[in-house]
Amino acid sequence: MAVVEEIPNVADDVEAQEVAAARKEKITAIGVPLGTALGLLLLWEAGVTLFGVPTYIAPAPSDVAVAFVEKFPILMQNFWPTLFESVAGFAVGNIAAILIAVAFVHSRHVERAFFPIAVFINTIPILAIAPILVLIFGPGITAKVVIAALICFFPTLVNMVRGLQSVSDQALELARILSASRSEVFWKMRLPSSLPFLFSALKISATTSVIGAIVGEWVGADLGLGALIIESTFNFNSPLLYATVFMSSGLSVAMFAAVSIAERLVVRW
Amino acid sequence: MLAVEQTIQADPVPPPQRDLAASLQGASVRFGRFTALEDITLDIDCGAFYTILGPSGCGKSTLLRLVSDLIPAASGDVSIFGKTTEQARLAREFAFVFQDATLLPWRSALKNVELPLEIGRSRGIDIPAGNRSPRELLELVGLKGREDAMPHELSGGMRQRVAIARALVCQPKLLLMDEPFGALDEMTRDRLNLQLLDIWRETGTTILFVTHSIAEAVFLGEKVVMLRAHPGRLREVVDIDLPAPRTIKQRDSQEFNRYCGYLRDLLETC
Repeated sequence: MAVVEEIPNVADDVEAQEVAAARKEKITAIGVPLGTALGLLLLWEAGVTLFGVPTYIAPAPSDVAVAFVEKFPILMQNFWPTLFESVAGFAVGNIAAILIAVAFVHSRHVERAFFPIAVFINTIPILAIAPILVLIFGPGITAKVVIAALICFFPTLVNMVRGLQSVSDQALELARILSASRSEVFWKMRLPSSLPFLFSALKISATTSVIGAIVGEWVGADLGLGALIIESTFNFNSPLLYATVFMSSGLSVAMFAAVSIAERLVVRW
Repeated sequence: MLAVEQTIQADPVPPPQRDLAASLQGASVRFGRFTALEDITLDIDCGAFYTILGPSGCGKSTLLRLVSDLIPAASGDVSIFGKTTEQARLAREFAFVFQDATLLPWRSALKNVELPLEIGRSRGIDIPAGNRSPRELLELVGLKGREDAMPHELSGGMRQRVAIARALVCQPKLLLMDEPFGALDEMTRDRLNLQLLDIWRETGTTILFVTHSIAEAVFLGEKVVMLRAHPGRLREVVDIDLPAPRTIKQRDSQEFNRYCGYLRDLLETC
């Protein structure tokens, strides 16, 4: 009886130690980068105060925080259009890329005809093409969505083509032995095996779509985080400029996190 | 015996024929100018266990791919249960087990076994459902309780057993196996060999089993088909007359080793 009781105790102890070790590991994993960031902010604050740097050149973190709180309604007012443009551009660009990738995989001729064009469009600097698109689509929201879509398009196209082609030869032989149709091969084999590749591309475009929207707003807009960046720069309102920059990167991080969560839910293998 | 006599009495004209699972008549396979298989004439008896052995590059896998309609014959004839290979493929007369388990990684073990039942259903193709359900087949291969496991959670041997269950789900009359245990360690391979013999006895299916191991070929096969290389030709079909059911112990017997020795000599002259 005593022996029987001792064994689970030992096991419990080991388990408790493991849990404690895991918790410690987790705390370090979060604590170290967080501490480093805080340290850098403090250094920045101290540096600005010590050397008496004027606020319009480099505001102290505390100034930025004050601007963030005071100007929060303005920031949010400009946040929503950028969010909409980024998400819409993300959706349009990726859906287009996925559909074209499917066409490429099913027809070598289509790939031969259009892949060089896709590469060419990708090589045009987005800053050069943005004014052209604003000229075409006007100062409204459409041009920004198109720019964001364009910047998302290429990474997804390339990854999706690779993903759809990543089915092994043996899996295709299995499909042939089962007399599977082209659409069955697509839905049951090609599409699922492309998902890890697709999500890698979506993670890239989640952040770049925000860049696309902001670049579009730079060229011509009265609302949006990009417009606010231009405006606060011209007014030497550096604390607001910095707050806007943080807001923009926050948007990118949020979109990236959303895609990561979706990936974890979908790709479970 | 009685049944044979009755058929002869009923229709005395045709001679009593062997039931053939597959029949190759002078079949050749060419890849461009390279001849992979030349003039293969081979009859595969229904319900028998054939192992295919030969030096590398002799076209062992090509032979299975020819029978399974993955590659066409350049000349000669291949028939499976009296049908063309394409007809047999569409009727799911045969199933294939690859060297790599080829499971779809996003499907659970059970879902992988169910795959052949799903394919073709939407097009109204009549899929022969076996007398065993996918769950029962997983039990047959010793994976009861692991139905929901994902392929990456299973060992190599377990994955191959899922692949075997998948191959059996349409109750094929002919099972083609291309070095299915080639990548496994010896202990696992021994265990799966015995399990495969059990499955063979229980299902009564015909098996064509490619291997590069002489011991495995002798242990499993009732007949060993020996091929020679450059070009791939039939060398000899060796009857293995060892008592059934086969046991691991038999591997130490003189007879077993005599067969292995004979095949080894044959391989060297191939």
